[in-house]
Amino acid sequence: MRKRAIIAGAIAAAVALVAAGCSGSGGSGDSPSGSTITYWASNQGTSLDNDKQVLTPVLNDFTKKTGVKVKLEVIGWNDLQTRIQTAVTSGQGPDVLNIGNTWAASLQATGAFMPFDSAAMKAIGGKDKFVKTALETGGVAGKDVTSVPLYGLAYGLYYNKAMFTAAGVQPPTTWEELVTAAKALTKDGTYGFSLAAGSYTENAHFAFINAAQNGADFFDKDGNPTFTSTGAVDGIKRYLDLMQTDKVVNPANAQYDNGVMAVNDFAKGKVAMILSQNNADSSINANGMKTDAYGVVPFPAPEGGKAVASHVAGINLSIMKNTKNKDAALEFVKYMTSEDTQSTLGKPYATLPVLEGAKANFTDNAEEAATFQKIYNTMSKPLPLVPAEDQFENTVGKAMNDMFSKIATGGTVSASDIKAALQDAQDQVKQSMGG
Amino acid sequence: MSTTTSADNPRGAGLQTGRATAATTAPPKRRKRQKGWWLPLALLAPAIIFEIIIHVIPMLTGIWISFMQLTKFYIANWSAAPFVGFKNYAVALDFNGAVGADLLRSFAITCGFTVLVVGISWSLGMAAAVALQRKFWGRGFFRTLFLVPYALPMYAGIIAWKFMLQKDTGAVNHFLFDNLHLGGDKPFWLIGDNAFWSIVVVAIWRLWPFAFLMLMAGLQSIPEEVYEASAVDGAKPFRQWRAITLPMLRPVNTVLLLVMFLWTFNDFNTPFVLFGNAQPAAGDLISFHIYNASFLTWNFGSGAAMSVLLLIFLLIVTGIYLLVINRRSRRA
Amino acid sequence: MRETNPSKVFRIVVLAVLTVFTVVPIYVMVTSSMKSLGDVQGAFTWWPTNLTFQPFIDMWSTVPLASYFVNSLIVAGSATILSLVIAVFAAYAVSRYRFKGRSVFTTTVLSTQMFPGVLFLLPLFLIFVNINQAVGIQLVGTRFGLVITYLTFALPFSIWMLAGYFDGIPRDLDEAAMVDGSGAMGALWHVVLPAARPGLIAVAIYSFMTSWGEVLFASVMTTDENRTLAVGLQLYSTQTNVYWNQIMAASLVVSIPVVVAFLLLQRSFVAGLTAGAVK
Repeated sequence: MRKRAIIAGAIAAAVALVAAGCSGSGGSGDSPSGSTITYWASNQGTSLDNDKQVLTPVLNDFTKKTGVKVKLEVIGWNDLQTRIQTAVTSGQGPDVLNIGNTWAASLQATGAFMPFDSAAMKAIGGKDKFVKTALETGGVAGKDVTSVPLYGLAYGLYYNKAMFTAAGVQPPTTWEELVTAAKALTKDGTYGFSLAAGSYTENAHFAFINAAQNGADFFDKDGNPTFTSTGAVDGIKRYLDLMQTDKVVNPANAQYDNGVMAVNDFAKGKVAMILSQNNADSSINANGMKTDAYGVVPFPAPEGGKAVASHVAGINLSIMKNTKNKDAALEFVKYMTSEDTQSTLGKPYATLPVLEGAKANFTDNAEEAATFQKIYNTMSKPLPLVPAEDQFENTVGKAMNDMFSKIATGGTVSASDIKAALQDAQDQVKQSMGG
Repeated sequence: MSTTTSADNPRGAGLQTGRATAATTAPPKRRKRQKGWWLPLALLAPAIIFEIIIHVIPMLTGIWISFMQLTKFYIANWSAAPFVGFKNYAVALDFNGAVGADLLRSFAITCGFTVLVVGISWSLGMAAAVALQRKFWGRGFFRTLFLVPYALPMYAGIIAWKFMLQKDTGAVNHFLFDNLHLGGDKPFWLIGDNAFWSIVVVAIWRLWPFAFLMLMAGLQSIPEEVYEASAVDGAKPFRQWRAITLPMLRPVNTVLLLVMFLWTFNDFNTPFVLFGNAQPAAGDLISFHIYNASFLTWNFGSGAAMSVLLLIFLLIVTGIYLLVINRRSRRA
Repeated sequence: MRETNPSKVFRIVVLAVLTVFTVVPIYVMVTSSMKSLGDVQGAFTWWPTNLTFQPFIDMWSTVPLASYFVNSLIVAGSATILSLVIAVFAAYAVSRYRFKGRSVFTTTVLSTQMFPGVLFLLPLFLIFVNINQAVGIQLVGTRFGLVITYLTFALPFSIWMLAGYFDGIPRDLDEAAMVDGSGAMGALWHVVLPAARPGLIAVAIYSFMTSWGEVLFASVMTTDENRTLAVGLQLYSTQTNVYWNQIMAASLVVSIPVVVAFLLLQRSFVAGLTAGAVK
């Protein structure tokens, strides 16, 4: 009996010791000038060092203008989510931080990030300055957003101009044209397409985009998962069929677990087309392909489908709720989302501006810039703005990985297989949502 | 002459169950405290303090979390998380449900993986330790060479294998098909069913030097004379190994096999680095599975429950293992 | 004692197989470190088409490799020494004494190896934050915090193995020393430790390598200034490119001191340190 009491006591003490550290102290800031804020930046450049070099003059400028000092830490993508988790759990973290914008709804649900109410929005320059779809990514619809757009990214269909001319094909405007063109270009060891078929995040993105082109959603308006709709199944099937039946994708792509590998294939002339976000330009150039050797068109929808060419990708900026320097943080957000800073940072990071009416300057190719701007502003749809978004990416993306794997190793995947896999994914999400 | 060697004291590193200890060595219980009773506790104190802070409290916390629905909604304020009793466990153990079925499959794969990796790594380590037992010119070179995989940063070693196992651009397929001209298509090694064998090989490559290191150290405490005496009696090398080497390595082996089993079962880094974002179903090891199914999506309650189940399983296996070992040693 | 022929054949076969198994990936690493990035990403060749040492130069600037290396050395070295000291005392207690709570201790310590490391992370982080708030010692983001974490990670295995090695050293030796007037500590220092030297070295190597290669906690507990090598190597994989050749080059270079240390240490694995001591 005594032993049990001791054990219970020990557990209680342990818990108290640990839980006491949660939800750190809050407190609003005083006059911003003279304070120091901590800023966690994500890796957008060619290396963490490069990020520091790019950001430091921008931050120094900010300090000169406002007197607020900024302590910068650049964190690699491998670690960023874990760091955020520890910051949220312990209350010890930065004042301002970058987040992948697809995380916004999930992070909002933790309650650890400051909502941008009308006062805060005013302080950073008003919500109308942002591209509408970009701002939507900041949080769940109907609530104040907890993040604002910082850098814009969108998928585009990159194509090799020389290869297209040689095969006598035009850049495709519909899905059907895409497949025809790809087939014409798949010969003699080159493939029409390269996909990051082993990257569950990219797969999830394209499951979403293809389904959206069919008018299907993965979550209904109440936040319940609706993975198994016909639109979703068909959308995924035609994406898988690029490797399975159209055979325009090298089965070895099932090993590509990040987009960089597909980009490398493209830059080396091994494939004629890739689907990549606009910051692929730096990789392509670094691998020896010149800017005028390739063009970009929006990822086409099937004939009669919705004109969704990309999800709204990019980076958002968030303020931790328990920051002691609220005013300074808001000043900083205002500065980072101002026109000047946006155009300064757009070039080295190869990102699109998130401000309405701003011009993309990440590349000298005006046509490409205009295309991406058009895609980002008018043809993109935010990924599901629900807290379970990360579970969606996890389960659906992994299911697609497995299906690509099966195809690559000689198996077949039918529409009913896809539906069954999506059902399984949906069940997993439902179970972990507590449903 | 009597050398009390570990053959007469095959108890392993204090892993005895309490009863056996009392039966064999403890002096009759005294009423008075023994002189210097505080010494062992004082010697243990630093270890105890650090273990409590760094290991025990987090573990207890983990157990506590498993009874909560600690998801992203409550992560900023743990005490507000709803208490759900055994719900997380029920979901994990519901083998008809999506989550439970996946967990069971991952468990089975991990069992197979662990048995293969530990068995082969130990055998290789033993073979190498025995082969390098006798002094010869170049022994130092081999001893160092075999430890190089252990010296290399884990990330780099596994990445090198990832390279080698690529379908079209990897060394393995290049050797088998371009150099040896085996027929057929180049297979995938990192996706599909072959992924299981790939992860087994990579794990062995990394683990066997560790076994080798420990066994080599252990062999050093066996005096040469014992072997010479047995050779005079006409014992062949294999018999020497069975009758002398193995028994004398018992304390080392007891611990070594157990930790190799536990570490391999819980291996997170190997699948994480080898497969990256393209985790194949055939290589789904349980530690990574738990991370994926829960921590990645902020579902800590579920992850904690799965971890506790894992802990219980391993405790049972360890308990059986130690029981068997102790019984054998008492019979010996 | 002459070596028998079967023995010889066994030795040669084993050494040959293991050498190939060990060397091939290392060879791939070495040649990859001397290829240009395009070369490495392309089809595999046994010998680089354009031999280049540029990766060995670039690797210092893509990532602050030197600083990471020093951090790793300090953290792993300190953790090893502290861990060894604590483990020696604890192992001596476990091996030489039968005290109340002995099995509780060993079972608890054993069970820490059964939990997935990932689960320790958040609670540990919280504990460190709490300690900071309560006592003012900053543990997160410092080398000190990491050292404490690592030395504890290495403790369970170190204690067992050392206890196992100590068990193999006859008690008679201890008693002989104590009869001569030195206490238990004297026996430990003068008799047990020297006899257990191979075990000490093996455990020290284990401690060091565990701290040297640990990634998860290092990624969370360190900042720019004290980032370790294990985390730093991953940073060669950036948004735009994965610099495979530099990863290989960096790994080889930072492993050289470790391998040299192994070369020197393995000489200490000498047979018969306990033999004859009691005769």
